[in-house]
Amino acid sequence: MAATATNPKGSTPIFRRKWQLPFPLNIYQSSVGRKWVMALTGIGLLGFVIVHMIGNFHIYEGPVQLHEYAETLRGLGGGLFPRTFLLWVLRIGLAGMFVLHIHSAYSLKERSRKASDKADFVGGEKKYGSKRDYVAANYASRTMRWTGPIVLLYLLFHLADLTWGWWLGDDYVLGDPYHNVVASLSSLPVAIIYVVANVALAIHIFHGTWSLFQSLGINNPKYNDLRRSLAKGIAGIILVGNLSFPVLVTAGLVDDDNRKCPVGDVGCLEHEAEKH
Amino acid sequence: MSKELNLTLQVWRQDGPEDSGHFETYQAESISEDMSFLELLDIINEDLVENGQVPIEFDHDCREGICGSCSLMINGQAHGHAKATTTCQLHMRKFDDGDTIVVEPFRARAFPVVRDLVVDRSSFDRIIEAGGYISVNTGAASDANLTPVPKEAADTSFDAAACIGCGACVAACPNSAAQLFTSAKLAHLNLIPQGQAQRFQRTENMVETMESFFGSCTNHGECHEACPKEISLDFIAFMNRDYVKAKVKNRKLAGQK
Repeated sequence: MAATATNPKGSTPIFRRKWQLPFPLNIYQSSVGRKWVMALTGIGLLGFVIVHMIGNFHIYEGPVQLHEYAETLRGLGGGLFPRTFLLWVLRIGLAGMFVLHIHSAYSLKERSRKASDKADFVGGEKKYGSKRDYVAANYASRTMRWTGPIVLLYLLFHLADLTWGWWLGDDYVLGDPYHNVVASLSSLPVAIIYVVANVALAIHIFHGTWSLFQSLGINNPKYNDLRRSLAKGIAGIILVGNLSFPVLVTAGLVDDDNRKCPVGDVGCLEHEAEKH
Repeated sequence: MSKELNLTLQVWRQDGPEDSGHFETYQAESISEDMSFLELLDIINEDLVENGQVPIEFDHDCREGICGSCSLMINGQAHGHAKATTTCQLHMRKFDDGDTIVVEPFRARAFPVVRDLVVDRSSFDRIIEAGGYISVNTGAASDANLTPVPKEAADTSFDAAACIGCGACVAACPNSAAQLFTSAKLAHLNLIPQGQAQRFQRTENMVETMESFFGSCTNHGECHEACPKEISLDFIAFMNRDYVKAKVKNRKLAGQK
């Protein structure tokens, strides 16, 4: 390597680890380990997004089937665990993955910011005086630190909207998710929020799905090309699938007309589901 | 008869590590397209010296693209826009007459500017010191081909060893991460039998030293595009895998792969 000129002050470490935590916590102390955790939690969250989307497709079967699906989730592991026990285990695990995913992303962003002289918050555009010309970095990879927070804000909105029913008020019917989704998405501003957030989610997943293979060290020239295709495929399916809900409700193809059970009659939904 | 170029250069001038630095504009006239970028700077410096001004300082050594001394961000790209090229091998024919060229030092907190375009890249030396060598006793010189090395592994190891340690990967990285450099130095030794004895200790030490100076990889791939030796991103994945293995493995049991 080249003989290097030295700065009298030298280059000073940006981060010094004072001690090693016991295994396996020491993996999380390192940036490479943190990326590994980010990738693993990313896989978990990606799995959730896919299952959530597939489950939501029951809306196209009708109110009874969607109600039945929601009940199935609550009764997961029935006969072995009390009702909703397994659902809560999944929810807590999901929340834990979110926390780890976000903490690792935020803390690594901070380390990179400290390591980049004159670097901007996102992507270090201001690292150089001349306009930085990106060669390989695509739109998705450069906007991960924007699409991530957008998805988080949307997640909180989505929970408040359809899980807690904060602003649907009296229109929110516990146990009739079909009606709640239709009531919420019929409002154009809400539909727009869902569209924007799901586009951001798909962009985030497009980079994340490719990136996680690198972070986990899953790399083999024999299938490296497949990693990009997989990222495109998964992001595309999630984009189309998730956008179908706000688009079809806004288009009036999914609505409360012609339903067998009147809105608010959850007992009727249960009765119909049993006949199934 | 080769083409001649008239160029405007905006060059970063910085009096020393403490100076805040600024851009200065220089005119370069009748530049031969056969010159290298460093020769262009030589010409400007001759003019500056003749006029009693301080010449622009920049790093250079072999001028044949193998030492890793030259650096420079040229129009926002490490070693300029030409692919697989160091600044000394970047020829003026890659530019057009009348171009304005912005020249800056490589930037990262770990690469403090010494003066003008010269930066201190000794943080790379710290990474090498942490494990970029094989230090087991090998005795007298052994017979050639005593240690069988698969051809493919030897080739890949050599691809990694092509890294000249110039720092373009760090300069191009929006996160100022040194993953490409460190992974190339690791793969160079970790892919061949001679490097196995210290493989996981080396990986742990070099990665952790790297992290104390540099940012964290977000898999943009800018480093590979900027690299004058076209070091592959595959080595980064290899390093990531070996690092986590190094943390998990019980190294008291020899021979674990």
